[in-house]
Amino acid sequence: MKKNKSSKLFVKICMIVLFLLIAVMILLPFWAIFVGTFQEGSMLIRYGLNLKLDLSAANFDNWVMLFTDSGDYFTWFFNSVILTVAQVVLTLLISAFVAYGFAAYEFRFKNFFFICVLLIMSVPFEMIMLPLYVQINDMGLSDSYAAVLLPFIANAMTIFFFRQYLSGMPKEIIEAGRIDGATEYGIFFKLIMPIMKPSFAAMAILNGMNSWNNFLWPLLVLRSSDKYTLPIGLNTLITPYGNNYDLLIVGSFFSVLPILILFLFFQKYFIEGMTAGAVKG
Amino acid sequence: MKKFLYSKKAAPYVFILPFVVTFAVFWIVPLIKSGIMSTQKILPGQETFIGLDNFTRLLGDRVFMTAVANSFKYMIFTLILLIPIPMLMACMVNSKLVKGKIKGFFKSSLFIPALTSVVVAGTIFRLIFGEMDTALMNQFIGLFGAEPIKWLKGATTGFIALLTLACWRWWGVNMMYFLSGLQSIPEDYYEAASIDGASTWQKFIKITIPQLKPTLVYVLTISIYGGLAMFNESYMLYSGNNSPNNIGLTIVGYLYRQGIEKNDMGYASAVGVVLLVIVLAINIVQLTATGTFKKEDDR
Repeated sequence: MKKNKSSKLFVKICMIVLFLLIAVMILLPFWAIFVGTFQEGSMLIRYGLNLKLDLSAANFDNWVMLFTDSGDYFTWFFNSVILTVAQVVLTLLISAFVAYGFAAYEFRFKNFFFICVLLIMSVPFEMIMLPLYVQINDMGLSDSYAAVLLPFIANAMTIFFFRQYLSGMPKEIIEAGRIDGATEYGIFFKLIMPIMKPSFAAMAILNGMNSWNNFLWPLLVLRSSDKYTLPIGLNTLITPYGNNYDLLIVGSFFSVLPILILFLFFQKYFIEGMTAGAVKG
Repeated sequence: MKKFLYSKKAAPYVFILPFVVTFAVFWIVPLIKSGIMSTQKILPGQETFIGLDNFTRLLGDRVFMTAVANSFKYMIFTLILLIPIPMLMACMVNSKLVKGKIKGFFKSSLFIPALTSVVVAGTIFRLIFGEMDTALMNQFIGLFGAEPIKWLKGATTGFIALLTLACWRWWGVNMMYFLSGLQSIPEDYYEAASIDGASTWQKFIKITIPQLKPTLVYVLTISIYGGLAMFNESYMLYSGNNSPNNIGLTIVGYLYRQGIEKNDMGYASAVGVVLLVIVLAINIVQLTATGTFKKEDDR
């Protein structure tokens, strides 16, 4: 029995060491880019990133430039914030509206339409990307935020998640609402939306993250640099000319920072939202 | 009219209308268009029907075959690296041996990379896998006495960089999937097995794996899809769609090259159709093999 106990302790120590080792390895790239923000971009292109913080060569020039330069960085940052907020509000509202339709009623073709929801989740977006791009141009929407937002406002994953959540809702609420003389839509907005609140946080994170980090689609539809989002703007800095990398590294680091802070406060919702279903890369 | 819209009969259709409209305009129409475009030669303002010519051209297209091979290779390796390892880590986290802060720190650290955009992640990894002996990865292999490598110039080493990036970003998320799967297994199953004298390994094979099957099937499905449709990671790692000798070119990368860079929409659409057929076919085979369809029928 005693031997068993000491071997258990040994396994426990091994696991703690392993956990810490993996965690530190995963975090190293963040340390590398943090250290990189104090170095000259041209040096980084040449010598690459490593973990050494050489205090004698370190300076705050890049940080000063980020906050004082009249460049586009904070325009992009601001655009990303606006687009993310708009995407989250619109997607949650519309997807909840649709999900309630699926959860609360029996109607003809219900199954057919619900299969369509599932279908979207299994068609690669990359496949319809080009014709969608052609269509957006035909509709005169190119280089507009409508083009960035609209294809994702009735988000299949979010509809699916909300419908699952609502399927546990007591039907008496609806009946009570009808007896009180509320309209079908009044019932949704006044009675159902409030009880859906707990499920909103996770989906806000899922859609917010997708929007904040969305790359390929905005890259296709946005043309003018004053409309760029953060990832698209940063992407334009990747050309290794001039001192682009000065801003790229510090800008990249600073773009992760707000998300990281939010994550530390709302960890539970982040994990719930991002593992609720399809996590798109 | 207003009265009709507010009736109980019309209401469900009004509720699902936003979905039906976006689905039709932004998914069905492009999907059909994609099918039509794949049979056309498209020049500005001029579309000619050319039947299956785009597809026969694809069959003889060496670069396309390279792209397909790369996508498949990437998909298979991500399945090997992104499923068993996170599953093992989830089991370790779920075991009662390590508790409290260390476990929380481990979970959060693994999850954090998933919060970065592909632009940021690609930038970091491009510089970590730099060519000089001062870049992190070369310093690391230098510890074992190895000479600095030009990682992104070689086919195998470039691929290692891509896979490292994939593991870094998705291990945490996949681990969380498995963890929530593990936590839904009733404790009594293990207690009953312990009473019957089952070993840890037996418990893992006979209880954990079968109970985790729905999670496993889900992660497998999205990994196949994500692996075959990968583009962003390679685009960022090689700072553009042109990697030396196309070592980082994927199916979607080729679609992007033909459609956007060369403006050959018809040919690019054919690439898209091939991608859809491949993804659907593999997922149907996979879901049949794992018995997911049968289960749906039983319900």
